[in-house]
Amino acid sequence: MKVLIDRKKCTLCGICVDVCPFAAIAVGETTIEVSDDCTLCGMCVDTCEFRALTLPEVGTGPAADLATYRGLWVFAEWREGVVHRVSHELLSTGRRLADKLGVSLAAVLLGYQLNEDAIRELIAHGADTVYVVDHPELAHFRDDAYAKVVVELVREKRPEILLAGATAIGRSFIPRVAASLGTGLTADCTELDVNEEGLLLQTRPAFGGNVMATIICPNQRPQMATVRPKVMKPLRRPDHQGETVPVTVPDACLASRIEVLEVVPEKDQTAKLTEADAIVSGGRGLQKPENFVLIEELAQLLRAAVGASRGAVEEGWIAPSHQVGQTGRTVSPALYMAVGIAGAIQHLVGMQSSNVIVAVNKDPMAPIFEVATYGVVADLFEFIPAFVRRIKQERGDSG
Amino acid sequence: MDYFLTEEQKMIQELAEQIAREKIRPVRAELDQNDEFPWEILKVLAQSDLYGLYIPEAYGGMGGGILENCLAVEQLARACVGVATSFAASGLGAYPLLLFGSEDQKQRYLPDIASGKRLAAFALTEPGAGSDVSGVKTTAVRNGDHYLLNGTKQWITNGGEAEIYTVLALTDRAKGPRGASFFVVEKGDPGFAFGKKEKKLGIRASATRELLFQDCRIPADRLISREGMGFIIAMKTFDKSRPGIGALGVGLAQGAMELAIEYARTREQFGKPIINFQAVQHKLANMAIKTEAARALVYAIARYMDSEPPDVSKYAAMAKVFPADVAMEVTIEAVQVLGGYGYMQDYPVEKMMRDAKILQIYEGTNEIQRNIIGQELNKEYGRKKETFF
Amino acid sequence: MHIAVCIKQVPDAKNVRIDPETHTLVRQGVESIVNPFDLFAVEAALKLKDTVGARITVLTMGPPQADEALREALSRGVDEAVLLSDRAFAGSDTWATATTLAGAIRKLGEVDLVLCGKQAIDGDTAQVGPEVATLLDLPYATFVKKIELLDERHLKVMRQTDEGVELWKLPLPALVTVIKELGEPRLPSLRHKMRAKKTEIPVWGIADLGLEPTMVGLAGSFTQVVRVFSPPRRSDRILLQGTVEEQAEQLYRYLKEAKVPGL
Repeated sequence: MKVLIDRKKCTLCGICVDVCPFAAIAVGETTIEVSDDCTLCGMCVDTCEFRALTLPEVGTGPAADLATYRGLWVFAEWREGVVHRVSHELLSTGRRLADKLGVSLAAVLLGYQLNEDAIRELIAHGADTVYVVDHPELAHFRDDAYAKVVVELVREKRPEILLAGATAIGRSFIPRVAASLGTGLTADCTELDVNEEGLLLQTRPAFGGNVMATIICPNQRPQMATVRPKVMKPLRRPDHQGETVPVTVPDACLASRIEVLEVVPEKDQTAKLTEADAIVSGGRGLQKPENFVLIEELAQLLRAAVGASRGAVEEGWIAPSHQVGQTGRTVSPALYMAVGIAGAIQHLVGMQSSNVIVAVNKDPMAPIFEVATYGVVADLFEFIPAFVRRIKQERGDSG
Repeated sequence: MDYFLTEEQKMIQELAEQIAREKIRPVRAELDQNDEFPWEILKVLAQSDLYGLYIPEAYGGMGGGILENCLAVEQLARACVGVATSFAASGLGAYPLLLFGSEDQKQRYLPDIASGKRLAAFALTEPGAGSDVSGVKTTAVRNGDHYLLNGTKQWITNGGEAEIYTVLALTDRAKGPRGASFFVVEKGDPGFAFGKKEKKLGIRASATRELLFQDCRIPADRLISREGMGFIIAMKTFDKSRPGIGALGVGLAQGAMELAIEYARTREQFGKPIINFQAVQHKLANMAIKTEAARALVYAIARYMDSEPPDVSKYAAMAKVFPADVAMEVTIEAVQVLGGYGYMQDYPVEKMMRDAKILQIYEGTNEIQRNIIGQELNKEYGRKKETFF
Repeated sequence: MHIAVCIKQVPDAKNVRIDPETHTLVRQGVESIVNPFDLFAVEAALKLKDTVGARITVLTMGPPQADEALREALSRGVDEAVLLSDRAFAGSDTWATATTLAGAIRKLGEVDLVLCGKQAIDGDTAQVGPEVATLLDLPYATFVKKIELLDERHLKVMRQTDEGVELWKLPLPALVTVIKELGEPRLPSLRHKMRAKKTEIPVWGIADLGLEPTMVGLAGSFTQVVRVFSPPRRSDRILLQGTVEEQAEQLYRYLKEAKVPGL
């Protein structure tokens, strides 16, 4: 299986040769050949201005009853008595897509002793229907029970699209739902849209975040995707109306082979990076562990969480739970300030989808400036105190 | 340069280099600052099967020779000579057993040393016996089924951390050099204690302590070989271990040189990287020539010694002397190339310079080595029926 | 106890970057490495081997050169390795990959525990582990940082969640995906390195696994990439000029205008 070449459209310009990560394309005076090294990654397809390259069709043809699947669903995540905000973000996006497709939007809520307010909030974010499965066996998340319930509901109601938050819970059981249903799943999408044929276009970062890939699931239903929290914007429609549909599922769905022995909330709540609206991160540019107080002071003023680059964590200046990056946490807060951080790819991957990024670094060539909305080329030991003074001045604080 | 090593020898190099890079380099400055013994790293070395490179398979070792050991030691020394010394010194302590121990003794001690479970140490030096080993005063008196040891050993590498000590003591003072014998003393033997840990100029990660014997009582079967074999065992042990010291020198010189080259390529003065200036180029060239020469010498001698020739003292001495001098010269020059930065503790070269000095002193000072070589040349040429000229 | 560990050989992501001028992917002799998270899975298996004794088989699906990744695992003490390689596997999405791995695990037979790394650094989906578990109908736990064998048929695992940790009990056979908090992977040992070099690694293709061409590779995939593009560059990037005081002033104003939280 290799990428397909339309030789009538190909002009032998050779741009695809440079872009191929596996050196699988060879262009000569009059020929173009793709070797067996082609892995169907798709890098060349988008680069070709003449649209001469396409990927072969996936799968073995559409499932017979594709058209009978209608409706867009969002899995609403309930934990510790509240619905996680990612569900509201997803419903807002879901509303937009459902309107485009001309179908209804439903939320699926699993848990125990689910309250009215939570359900109403789901409707207020756009759900036309909320399927409520309230049962003591669902009081605490377990992969198999949650997956079986959702699978049962999907088989019964046949939505064409199912979205869920890429949280610890979502990333854990949604793949099982997809596998059980025999359908495709795309994780960590950063953009969702629908095309003219009504197919869900799922866009996500690839190759460590250096490129974006758009993915479709043409032949299976429902088309499934997970989205990271804080990537989509919640939009509240307080006047929106919807209905609540309590659902009972067969006992077999609730049976689980897993026994939850203990749940221990993390003592160190100070990190909470993934939930923070603002983060101030420090890196090797701070030079000494004592200098982290600069970051902490600024973070406190901005009511932000404290983050760190891998370099700072490896030096032992701050605990690993604060690490932002490929092997740390991925965050996308409204404000991300990178102080004394060079911006290695592994760090950028963890924060580049933040809304407003501020970079402070004395090296103008630091890669962090590539992704910063506001770049400050300055000595952080001078700039940060100056910025802190400015903020305090506004608030009328002394000193 | 390709030394046409076997697959297995290359694997030893790769593994030792990986450990040096991933485990030693990140902590070497801290170990040096705190005089801290590198137990964690020694555990990794044990788990990697590197301890028993020179020990026969029958005793749990890898069945390699001196060259294999040198290859590993060289890579470790590139990162830190203090750590590499702690590792190599266990080999030094093991050699008396390996060369002269009874089958029972070998079975009892070598497997643990080969697996890194127990560290060994070699105890010869005393306050009155440095270069002049005949100045040894520690005594071992036979008393029925045991010996009583009395005396003090000084500056023993791995002292206090090792569990197995091969100790030279006088069993018959009247016989002079023929009156010394080697014993195995274990940590915990009654009457065996340690002095304070020494504070040194360099190789601070290596632990150096006095050994104190006060009516230290050990079973008679701890005697290695026969009474009176002491100095012979010591000399044969040194023959085997000296190339390892050479390897330490080669690794140290290599590490220092690499830092100097990197620095010279990035440090800009007068509008360009300083490596563009002849003065610097010549310094680096000399470092490279000396390091490669030292390496070639150590490998050649190690290979030769692994063929078990009868008389190796001259070559063993050469394998130690030259690389030790090279390491001292190269590290001094490395500090010079790094200039002001080289003098600061933030950069690793000042430690390397401090570490290098001991190579010219321990395991037989370079002066003694040259004595040995000179005397051997005399003997050698005395035996020749005719010379070339 | 028989443990199967699934690993993947991936391009070293830090060498894959975008050329700042042409905005296209630059390949500079991109090296292949064992997916870092999978090394933690191998370490988890070796820890169990140390404490309770186990036979470990490592598997990977990939091109012929993926056997290097298997040898890396062997050099750390893993007992056996299997390479799943066939042209038919090319173009697999996570589902097709899971189908192939599940087929291999079935063929291995009598596997008590399957271990995987949390996710691969090229795909980042974290889906393959749970999908393999579903195909084999195994109970599973994800994001695990500690594994303990309670008795012959039960496992206790500590999972990392967004709020803290949870302790779960699972019956064997089961599947577990691990995170880096599980522990530093040990370095290779000389004996194992030498053995790894000499080991003959069997290669299983589509016929060996008893799978149909429609179940694997591109044909067996449900999702497909239709477009790959560089992320749109931030067009609103501003470099603040002037003295430190002036920069602080400007930044304050911009952030206030942008209504960032906290100000």
